[in-house]
Amino acid sequence: MVSRTVPTPQSPTIPAGLAREQLLELYRYLRLTRTLEERLTALYRQSKVIGGLFRSLGQEGESVASAYALERGPNRDLLSPLIRNLGSMLVMGAQPIEILRQYMAKAESPTRGRELNVHFNDLDRGYLGQISHLGDMVPVMAGITLTFKLRGEPRVGLVYVGDGTTSTGAFHEGLNFAAVQRCPLVVVAEYNRWAYSTPPEKQFAVKDLAEKAKGYGVPAVTVDGNDVLAVYEATQFAAERARRGKGVHLVEVKTYRRKGHAEHDDQHYVPKEELEWWAKENDPVDRYVRQLLDAGWTEEQDLKDIDERVRAEVDEATDACIDEALPLPESALPGVYADPPAAERLWFRGL
Amino acid sequence: MAEVTYLEALRQGLWEEMERDERVFILGEDVGMYGGAFKVTEGFVKRFGEQRVIDTPISEAAIVGAAAGAAHMGMRPVAEMQFIDFISCAYDMLTNYVATARYRAGLSTPIVVRGPCGGYVRGGPFHSQNPEAAFFHTPGLKIVYPATARDAKGLIKASIRDDDPVIYLEHKWLYRRIKEQLPEGEEILTPIGEARLAREGKDLSIVTYGATLWKSLEAAGQLETEDRVAVEVLDLRTLLPLDDAAIMRTVRKTNRVLIVHEDTRTGGVAGEIAARINEQAFEWLDAPIMRVTAHDVPLPYAPTLEDYVLPQTEDIVKAARWLAAY
Repeated sequence: MVSRTVPTPQSPTIPAGLAREQLLELYRYLRLTRTLEERLTALYRQSKVIGGLFRSLGQEGESVASAYALERGPNRDLLSPLIRNLGSMLVMGAQPIEILRQYMAKAESPTRGRELNVHFNDLDRGYLGQISHLGDMVPVMAGITLTFKLRGEPRVGLVYVGDGTTSTGAFHEGLNFAAVQRCPLVVVAEYNRWAYSTPPEKQFAVKDLAEKAKGYGVPAVTVDGNDVLAVYEATQFAAERARRGKGVHLVEVKTYRRKGHAEHDDQHYVPKEELEWWAKENDPVDRYVRQLLDAGWTEEQDLKDIDERVRAEVDEATDACIDEALPLPESALPGVYADPPAAERLWFRGL
Repeated sequence: MAEVTYLEALRQGLWEEMERDERVFILGEDVGMYGGAFKVTEGFVKRFGEQRVIDTPISEAAIVGAAAGAAHMGMRPVAEMQFIDFISCAYDMLTNYVATARYRAGLSTPIVVRGPCGGYVRGGPFHSQNPEAAFFHTPGLKIVYPATARDAKGLIKASIRDDDPVIYLEHKWLYRRIKEQLPEGEEILTPIGEARLAREGKDLSIVTYGATLWKSLEAAGQLETEDRVAVEVLDLRTLLPLDDAAIMRTVRKTNRVLIVHEDTRTGGVAGEIAARINEQAFEWLDAPIMRVTAHDVPLPYAPTLEDYVLPQTEDIVKAARWLAAY
């Protein structure tokens, strides 16, 4: 990224060993996540999105920052995102056009119209999409990171769980398994206040999700999930610790889900003042921008330029796929198994 | 040739695949030092080490989930359920995660989930189950169920080499009861999806699998001697996918079919087989398709109760006689 300004000698040192270009790259992913989701909201209202739309508004900071702390590229680190980790997937290399195609169930989408939204994967880029059964990805990521360990590869896995996920049996079994096996796994526990409409006090009896880690012999830290650099630092520490063979580490990020479970959810169960406070006082993108400008690490124009490029990128991706076809009906049959290659077409379709 | 038990044949198959392919590893409860509840993996940890024979917590969902993750990374895990009754604890992982992985996401998940199943051993409700019907309904899984020592070996080897997830059901009543001469130094592979004609006959067909293969063969022998009825017996070996061609072949030959399984009746595999015969060979039938299965109750413990609930040789003889006379 070409910089217009150079930090002055008075600027505070950039934390976590990050370079100025990386600060701007982080900003670009934050902006890309938000702009892409705003575009999806518009497409949803035009009935172009086939199913539900799940926003990560207010949680983009922890998604982007935690993924950014991993090593990216073929045969590098691998993460398993949840529905609100669009930002993590973009950091790992998912393309806006893929997300748009997924939501619109296009034939050319990564799952060829078979799965919804961000439920897709690219193991080379380093993300493995979730299934809807919360907690299931914890055992799966335990197995993936067990493989890294067995083969002696210096790779790390990261699995996201929400405050609701931590109530599932699969979460418990997977975390315990990974802890016993000392798998190189980072668990990012997103305390975002709402599991659909259920608040934490009806979900668990501990105060912080980090407390749960103790029961597995897993060290844990709680960080301000809307502080981008704090999340980056905590995740990087956990990832490097895991990479050194020290086992599982849990990072709890305190954040807030500012939209409903999905776009249809009117959030009547949420106090209005609470939503307003998080939007006004604790938006992760606003906070990050303020931090960059106050410290003199960048100038407003740099950020505006990024905003402009991101908008153009999302426009271009939308234009490229919005009129694409849905999958052909009979393409529903192949690929259940490696062998046989396709499911049988039933007799009444031949009548 | 050497005489080996069903259990020893399974053990040999596992051992050979571990020797042949370093991607193969075993995980499960007490499979390492202890060698497994039935000693299927006895001696494995000494030969292959703790990295390839992994003792796990009592967490069937984690065992299957971790196997799936490892398989995505190119490994060939074999997950043991200590008793197959506990596979229900991993039902979600198998049906939602594993079975759909290729279809929804193009993910290869070549895992084998194996474990001792079946009754006739006084195991009570939670150490005697036949879980095939619970998974038979799930596209994306394969289910094999060997009845002979040869197939115990041939199917475990084929399952490990298969690129799809396979549930391998081994019958604990057969473990040490079945002995067979198997050639040494010759590779035994049983193709998945192919039934085997276990006995030829012209008057009536019994379609079966697992422990009831032996009870059906016993019944066939009795009917031959006492009634001069020639019974054909088809051992399915693979339940998913079913070998429709082999089933229809025997139906067209004898025109009378008895489907026998140890699992309970309602929603059992026999119902699906009957429906397929109805669709594909209706005009070849001279009699209704009949079933001999367990009664629709959880499997009780007391010998008198278990014997009453499960299908016995005598039940098969009577049912076949009724059908032959129809």
